[in-house]
Amino acid sequence: SVSRLLYLLQQETSSTELRTECAVVLGSLAMGTENNVKSLLDCHIIPALLQGLLSPDLKLIEACLRCLRTIFISPVTSEDLLYTDATVISHLMALLSRSQYTQEYICQIFSHCCKGPDHQTILFNHGAVQNIARLLVSTSYKVRMQALKCFSVLAFENPQVSMTLVNVSVDGELLPQIFVKMLQRDKPIEMQLTSAKCLTSMCRAGAIRTDDSCIILKTLPCLVRMCSKERLLEERVEGAETLAYLIETDVELQRIASITDHLIVMLADYFKYPSSVSAITDIKRLDHDLKHAHELRQAAFKLYASLGANDEDIRKKIIETENMMDRIVNGLSEPGIKVRLAAVRCLHSLSRSVQQLRTSFQDHAVWKPLMKVLQNAPNEILVVASSTLCNLLLEFSPSKEPILESGAIELLCSLTQSENLALRVNGIWALMNMAFQAEQKIKSDILRGLSTEQLFQLLSDSDVNVLMKTLGLLRNLLSTRPHIDHIMSTHGKQIMQAVTLILEGEHNIEVKEQTLCILANIADGTTAKELIMTNDDILQKIKYYMSHSNAKLQLAAMFCISNLIWNEEEGSQERQDKLRDMGIVDILHKLSQSSDPNLCDK
Amino acid sequence: YMGIGLSAQGVNMNRLPGWDKHSYGYHGDDGHSFCSSGTGQPYGPTFTTGDVIGCCVNLINNTCFYTKNGHSLEEKLIKNFLQPNLYPTVGLQTPGEVVDANFGQHPFVFDIEDYMREWRTKIQAQIDRFPIGDREGEWQTMIQKMVSSYLVHHGYCATAEAFARSTDQTVLEELASIKNRQRIQKLVLAGRMGEAIETTQQLYPSLLERNPNLLFALKVRQFIEMVNGTDSEVRCLGGHSPKSQDSYPVSPRSFSSPSMSPSHGMNIHNLATGKGSSMHFSGFESSCSNGVISNKAHQSYCHSKHTTTSLNVPELNNINVSRSQQVNSYPSNDVDMETDHYSNGVAETSSNGFLNGSSKHDHEMEECDTEMEVDSSQLRRQLCGGSQAAIERMIHFGRELQAMSEQLRRECGKNTANKKMLKVCFIL
Repeated sequence: SVSRLLYLLQQETSSTELRTECAVVLGSLAMGTENNVKSLLDCHIIPALLQGLLSPDLKLIEACLRCLRTIFISPVTSEDLLYTDATVISHLMALLSRSQYTQEYICQIFSHCCKGPDHQTILFNHGAVQNIARLLVSTSYKVRMQALKCFSVLAFENPQVSMTLVNVSVDGELLPQIFVKMLQRDKPIEMQLTSAKCLTSMCRAGAIRTDDSCIILKTLPCLVRMCSKERLLEERVEGAETLAYLIETDVELQRIASITDHLIVMLADYFKYPSSVSAITDIKRLDHDLKHAHELRQAAFKLYASLGANDEDIRKKIIETENMMDRIVNGLSEPGIKVRLAAVRCLHSLSRSVQQLRTSFQDHAVWKPLMKVLQNAPNEILVVASSTLCNLLLEFSPSKEPILESGAIELLCSLTQSENLALRVNGIWALMNMAFQAEQKIKSDILRGLSTEQLFQLLSDSDVNVLMKTLGLLRNLLSTRPHIDHIMSTHGKQIMQAVTLILEGEHNIEVKEQTLCILANIADGTTAKELIMTNDDILQKIKYYMSHSNAKLQLAAMFCISNLIWNEEEGSQERQDKLRDMGIVDILHKLSQSSDPNLCDK
Repeated sequence: YMGIGLSAQGVNMNRLPGWDKHSYGYHGDDGHSFCSSGTGQPYGPTFTTGDVIGCCVNLINNTCFYTKNGHSLEEKLIKNFLQPNLYPTVGLQTPGEVVDANFGQHPFVFDIEDYMREWRTKIQAQIDRFPIGDREGEWQTMIQKMVSSYLVHHGYCATAEAFARSTDQTVLEELASIKNRQRIQKLVLAGRMGEAIETTQQLYPSLLERNPNLLFALKVRQFIEMVNGTDSEVRCLGGHSPKSQDSYPVSPRSFSSPSMSPSHGMNIHNLATGKGSSMHFSGFESSCSNGVISNKAHQSYCHSKHTTTSLNVPELNNINVSRSQQVNSYPSNDVDMETDHYSNGVAETSSNGFLNGSSKHDHEMEECDTEMEVDSSQLRRQLCGGSQAAIERMIHFGRELQAMSEQLRRECGKNTANKKMLKVCFIL
């Protein structure tokens, strides 16, 4: 019967009334189960309905739009179906002026079908902002609401749209002002929340300053209110996620949020679902709670992560919240990836606190579940988890030892081979932290685990961060005399090669400075310095950098020389002679008259 | 450092708000909130020079919250929110501190308007959502029923009939029954409680049996009226208060009535202080001779010399001691009599009551010394219309009342309302 209905709908010879009735019936069918929608889609209902939109009859258009709306908001429909024909969008834009129903349905279709920057750009280029803006002041609540939803998806993480929105005005009022009005506490919650999302996107895009009163006195408090117990679970999830996004990078907003309505304590409630009461009394409620429990937890973790991103006092307050560390530890081992990811992010944020690393992190043996998370996790989790691990491997962190014992070196070395840049950086970074003032055994373990090949691979990595951290690792490995001599005796040849390569290559100042520092460390070794003294190429390079225009490089080169000619060591005389022959003394004389006091001292 | 918050009247102004009873505060040095206690609870951030601190009291749900620079901290329930009149308070601890106060003459940093809008919407929604049964949804009929039942309840039978006719309703209660109720009501209003109870039992046999608490309340009233001398049981025994009968139809407790309840004594004093004593006393002396004077004397004892009173008025004291374990010592007398005042509808503040006591004290001082002994005997006469038999009847009745109260407690569990009633009436 569906195909018959579609046939009648498409038949130009059918009367308008008949075609309208067909669209209405199809719309009713679409309201049914997901299977209904699937079978309608299989019958190519969308092109048929789109064709109906071309009719001049408003009733027919409205019926087709209503049906299209129902189909597009179903999760089984791919939003791409809307964008297959470019003329469809412009036709829909044109229909926006026809009636309140067309406005409502079209906005609803747009807000459901706008996923990601590509869709945003298409709609934006078709003048969505101007066309929909005036609907924000419509007399119909439904139209206003759907238009608002459109903007919240159009502006989400989209600087182009956001920057445009601030300057658009309707009836002499700028959009931000209209959004602020929609935030008022007597407006329906849905409206408050959605307009807060719009303002949040605009703020994150830089279109509204973070210290603007419409952010700190309106948007932020509104979002905090959305997290309160009085709100529905869905609203609390959305409120917390949006707030986390709003304050993610601004410490002042984090501070304000942290004191508003006891947010930190309020969030602790997110972990209490399903509550013990609901389990006993009400099956329906239990089901509802269970469905939202994961969402609530991950939203709370995200918001905690944002809150604690920068401010030590806030971190302390978060950790002091009831059972916080236990909750994070539990979160790390949850099966749901979203919760796990959010828990790791929260942990990462808190791991920036030296004090917490030494206390709560140690008390709760956070490293254990963290190491577990790192096994076979998807990349997005690995990035944050390894980043957290970097912090836990800092020299002053008491977790360093147990982490090493649980096979971290192997894990991190494998990370450095990842395709994912962030993972490579984190891997080598963690190794660098690990090697700092470490004992001989750890250093050799790192070298063995990494293999010289991989080390070279990393030294020729296209990313400067990876290169810098690798050099940092080398430098940390090559510290204290016995370690230097030991490592150089086994890997000396390769390391010298690598150093030469980098000094010859096109690299920025920081990289060269780091490399010269490595040389200086090598020069500090007893036997290792011979590797330099016998390498004329390297000596020439040091000489070159001594008269480099950059003071930092000069200083680093000076370190090498001073380590080489150190008087109290055996054979210093011969080395001094050799260097004098190279004309280094002249340069030294010149440098001693230099204006830079650091250089003079040397 | 500063503390900002709320205090009731009379709280020590030399201490930060929140430390003392009936005061609440948010302190800048530690950011703690103090709720009538010297130890605060962690509440918000600290605040200092340049910060704008706000305090909002929500009388709908008895909460209070503070704001810092326009950001609301947490809404808290005000515990023991008994004091209706809280005043905004700022406490300054260090010399040289300066505060700017804004009571709304400038716009607030915190958007209080928005907050109030939310509450308005909330309450509107509450009203809108109030559940209404199917039949109650027919507004017109419901309102007519309401009017009709009001008329019937209050015994406006003619109006009720007319209204029922014009709105096509039927009055469920028979006219005779309405008239009966009116009769009982009149008896109650006249203070003839014994008759009222009796009539009720005659006309509506099982009513009081089903409502033991109501019966108790009526009997308590009866006791009070006995002390008063109005109730028929003592009236026929004493027969000494013909004048009080005159006042029945109007109101047994009107000020002009010379009936001799102790509370009337107080009223007289009120008027005396209000209008000049000499004139008024003379007026009363003429109409009810020394009965009134003795009454006054008794009152003044209550206020001035408790010990003397208890010696001189053994009967009265007996009543108090033997009847009520809750103990009605004389000091509490003052307070409870004032309660009585309120129930009589005499608008009077507590300070006024005390004032009466002392001013009367001044007036009567000379009299007191001379008349004390004499008055003690006259006082007895004045109670229950002055008859010895009536007093004994009254005492007996009081004992019954006590027994009934105990029985009620056994049967129905504790009832604080009953207990209170008994307490109030035994004070007499």
